[in-house]
Amino acid sequence: MQAIINILQAGVASGTVLLFATVGELFAERSGVLNLGVEGMMLIGAMSGYSVALATGNPWLGVLVAMLAAGLLSQIHAFIAITLQADQVVSGLALTFLGAGISLVLGEGLSKAGTVSLLPSASIPLLSQIPFLGPIFFKEQSYLVYIGYLFVPMAWYYINRTRPGMHLRAVGEYPAAADALGINVYRLRYLYVFIGGVLAGLAGATISLAVSPGWFSEMTTGGQGWIAVGLVIFAQWDPFRAAVGSYAFGALRRLILDIQGPTMLLGMRNPFYYNPYWGFFLQMLPYAFTIIVLVIGSREAVRKRLGAPAALGNPYIRGERGL
Amino acid sequence: MDTLERKTTNPSVAEGATLFVEMNGIVKRFPGVLANDHVDFVLRHGEIHALLGENGAGKSTLMNVLAGLYRPESGTILVKGKVVNFSSPRDAIKAGIGMIHQHFMLVPSQTVTENILLGLDKPRFRLQLNEYDHIVADLSERFGLKVEPRAKVWQLSVGEQQRVEILKMLYRGTDILIMDEPTAVLAPQEIEDLFKTLRAMVAEGKSIIFISHKLHEVMAIADRVTVLRKGKVTAAGLDARKTTLQELARQMVGREVIFHLDKKLNTPGEIVLEVEDVCAENDKGLQALNGLSLDVRAGEIVGLAGVAGNGQRELAQVITGLRRCTDGCVILNGEVICNRSALVGIQRGVSHIPEDRTGVGTAPDLSVTDNVIMKQYRRPPIAQHGMLNMQVATKFANELKESYDIIVPNVETPVRLLSGGNLQRVILAREISGQPSLMVAVQPTRGLDVGAIEGVHRLLLSQRESGAAILLISEELEELLSLSDRVYVIYEGRIMGEVKIGAGGSSPEMIDTVGLMMTGTPLEQIRKGEAERNV
Amino acid sequence: MKEPPRWYPAAVSLGAIMVALVLGGILIAFAGGDPFRSYAHIAKASFGNLGVLSDTIVKATPILLTSLACSIAFRMKLWNIGAEGQFIMGAFGAGAIVLTPILPADTSPWIFIPVMMLAGILMGAIWGFFPGFLKARFNVNEIISTLMMNYIAISWVNFFIFAVWTEGGFQMSPKFPENAWLPRLLDYAKTIPIFSGLTTHLGLLIGIVAAIVLWIVIYRSRWGYEIRLIGDNPRAAQYAGINITRNTVLVMMLSGALAGLGGMSEITGMVHRLQTTPLAAGYGFTGIIVAWLAKLNPLVAILVSILFGALLLAGREIQPSGVPKMIQGIILVCLIASDFLMRYRVRIVRAGEEA
Repeated sequence: MQAIINILQAGVASGTVLLFATVGELFAERSGVLNLGVEGMMLIGAMSGYSVALATGNPWLGVLVAMLAAGLLSQIHAFIAITLQADQVVSGLALTFLGAGISLVLGEGLSKAGTVSLLPSASIPLLSQIPFLGPIFFKEQSYLVYIGYLFVPMAWYYINRTRPGMHLRAVGEYPAAADALGINVYRLRYLYVFIGGVLAGLAGATISLAVSPGWFSEMTTGGQGWIAVGLVIFAQWDPFRAAVGSYAFGALRRLILDIQGPTMLLGMRNPFYYNPYWGFFLQMLPYAFTIIVLVIGSREAVRKRLGAPAALGNPYIRGERGL
Repeated sequence: MDTLERKTTNPSVAEGATLFVEMNGIVKRFPGVLANDHVDFVLRHGEIHALLGENGAGKSTLMNVLAGLYRPESGTILVKGKVVNFSSPRDAIKAGIGMIHQHFMLVPSQTVTENILLGLDKPRFRLQLNEYDHIVADLSERFGLKVEPRAKVWQLSVGEQQRVEILKMLYRGTDILIMDEPTAVLAPQEIEDLFKTLRAMVAEGKSIIFISHKLHEVMAIADRVTVLRKGKVTAAGLDARKTTLQELARQMVGREVIFHLDKKLNTPGEIVLEVEDVCAENDKGLQALNGLSLDVRAGEIVGLAGVAGNGQRELAQVITGLRRCTDGCVILNGEVICNRSALVGIQRGVSHIPEDRTGVGTAPDLSVTDNVIMKQYRRPPIAQHGMLNMQVATKFANELKESYDIIVPNVETPVRLLSGGNLQRVILAREISGQPSLMVAVQPTRGLDVGAIEGVHRLLLSQRESGAAILLISEELEELLSLSDRVYVIYEGRIMGEVKIGAGGSSPEMIDTVGLMMTGTPLEQIRKGEAERNV
Repeated sequence: MKEPPRWYPAAVSLGAIMVALVLGGILIAFAGGDPFRSYAHIAKASFGNLGVLSDTIVKATPILLTSLACSIAFRMKLWNIGAEGQFIMGAFGAGAIVLTPILPADTSPWIFIPVMMLAGILMGAIWGFFPGFLKARFNVNEIISTLMMNYIAISWVNFFIFAVWTEGGFQMSPKFPENAWLPRLLDYAKTIPIFSGLTTHLGLLIGIVAAIVLWIVIYRSRWGYEIRLIGDNPRAAQYAGINITRNTVLVMMLSGALAGLGGMSEITGMVHRLQTTPLAAGYGFTGIIVAWLAKLNPLVAILVSILFGALLLAGREIQPSGVPKMIQGIILVCLIASDFLMRYRVRIVRAGEEA
């Protein structure tokens, strides 16, 4: 039992990474911009957050710089996709390369550097006493995990129940209509791509300063940025579903790492301990599950006939003839 | 053309009515086109002012300038006596000018209320939809614009969506409302409702600019008329009561055009196409065709009339194999062709002039050659052992370029560089060159200029003479009645009735009957009503 | 109605690369390196003499094949970014022939090499089939699915080289017998002395032949016409009676097959054993950039591959080690940005003509 609680507890922390990245991408996509550069932005965030924390000894400053750096990187994509109206798929891919490349160059030698002060964690007094759920969600979690809990309902409320959220939806669904009513489509899209970048940076910093501390070049993120892009589709562009998907994938990640540790599992000899090679198949699971989740999400979208924001991936060109 | 001088002699000013809008010497240029060439326009307080002109005359451009969407190269705009300089639609709305575009500017996934609140400063942050739903309901009651505030826009009919657009402008306190071809998407009954609302608005002291190219509507609703032709004003502020249809038509077209088509008498041959009780869904999964039946014979043009969105698109797709039918069947020359594939149709001689020339009919970045072999590349001589014989293909393209007057430097040019008329000629050339036994033409003349329209009509008639069966789907009633041998009327996915057009052409009664059917009255009911009246 | 002159796209692309190199230099300087020395080093270390030129070509060979894989998929707007995984699975397929062993170690190269080619093509095609099928059947986003398949491919091969075919517990298989190596230039050094030490192998020829065949398929065959039509306007293709579903699967399989062939060529021509590190070196990703830079033209891809081979080859010795990856990223960004100039130019030309 305790083992399960431990795995789930670590899974929530790990899922927080995906949560920030997924909701960030969700914001960008809701505004009509597909940004496939999440992985690259996360790497920049992880690298810059870790190195700033290392240099200054202040992990919160690291988080701040991580968010800004990734946000800055996202604006390259914003410029290409929104202003130059180029293909968003290729531009997003380029951003992944660029983010990975820059973080590798600037993060050179970082992994050999000394230890760094990490983000603090805490237990919530009463809530952590709840049996089973308490220790999973509220015991010894990083502050960022708690921020994540608050963040999801806030994001949902913002998108669905506020004026700026309504404008965000309008810009992603029918930019020409929004434009006709004086909403600045370009500015909003830049803004939400930036927010997506900032959150991807936060996700990166969450890895390098809290969940699995350190800088291990490209292995730091290990494809989580891409899983986040997939989760947005699974989530049907809804923050709550994004949270469910993120925490589930976080738990799966931890399970794979932790299941190979103990000699005994559920009172039996742990086959994963005695056959370490099985670990390679376990490692495939998050990626295979991402594909499965995509199949489920896509089928559901077809069945319910709902789907991506209508203008997702299309540049908005103002004042074309025959408007 | 001196603006100042004309202004003083302009009857609208002379009468001393309050001026709402004065546009002087507006020039607006697009790459290669002078859309507005020193246009003057005056709108009075409390009038319905029609802006009349053909497609491409510059009406919409002028109004987009007034609505703040475009910035003119030169010219001044005065609203209520003050010079204005709009840099966005928001500025125009602040000055009381609102425009309703042909394509509604509504966000389908949002509710009516949300659409109305879009872009406003209030509510500041929290949406408080319950409160605003009431305000919207009150407003819609006041102007007789019935619509449910909580409904999502995609669930509404086209007419209801138009009401949301009007409400949006009324909510913003608009007193100058510009409507771009508002009746194009409406059934005759809905048009009546719209006219009532417009009159109610004028009674409250608002002014309306009504963009149209339909003369009879303009005569029915407008107080005054301004006519544009090729970017210039040809008649400014004519009193609608003191002018005639013929006068307006001459100002609009520039010469007396009588719709005269050289249609030879033809005896239709065998039945080529039979559509039997076909049902099909649209893209949203709603029933679009409800047991529709019709037939087309060789050597006749059969028209399908109806207001847009009553299943025409879906019917064309079912016949050409691009959409599945859920019930019923489509028979071509005795063979069932529905629910198989588009390829089966192509191989059996079905040609298709799609509604959407750039989105469906052509591949924009491919060359003219690549576009004209779209239906032929599977067969010799172009196809040889799985390869394409490019020499043959180029020769074929050049032949079509000559015989169909496709104006293009060479056949390697990508078709995205072609004008609308040229593009349509590419499609027609391709579809006719296959010597089809059935031709499904959907809106074949939409957006073309007069010369190009005549060309398309001549080609369709020559196909009729050479024995093809033609199903012509159009929203232009005049076009249907002058080209077709028979006209079916579609309403909500059903055929309301059929009208035969004899050698004498169409009659006013015929138009009335078709109009009634377009609004959902079946033919039997019309006949019954007539019979009862006669008794 | 005139297209911009033929040299214009090439000039814009070259301009984009120049801008990218300048930007990259600034970043290298920022990271504490000397950009001029780095670039000079790249040039010298890749084209300086016959030996390094041969090394450059060896490096370019896998890139060429993965870029062809990307070209054909991108042509249909299928964003296959799984060439990396398909490449690795191709190598796995070829390796399995030796390591299982399906063919005995003393088999004649005349049988060995064709069989290994087939196995590589087959495994790559299978790895392309899954995302293609999911896309066609369930409309699953192929960008993400192909990328996930990359990670799965690496784990898959890792399992085999650790658990099944390991050499002494290391992360690699034993070396292949020389019968299963692709012929190299140095094999003929006895008759042609100038070839001595040159490791350029038959994979180059395989790549060039594949490029030529692919060019003919795209521009001169019925199937290629269908692919171009679908890529330009899928709705028009449907309207022309083309089966998009089937072509989606087939093109993904062909794309995977080309990448798999690349993996086979690399493992039999260069690595000579199954080992993930030298195989999962980002060839699949570089292929994306090369394909894009070559404007999806297979023949142009040959030249561009050699340029990128040089970049990768020299990059191994440059500090910091991320430089080649970063420069690739910057080049891609500049290329996409330069597409804007291309469209802009067309607009100007058009406007001028109409007025």
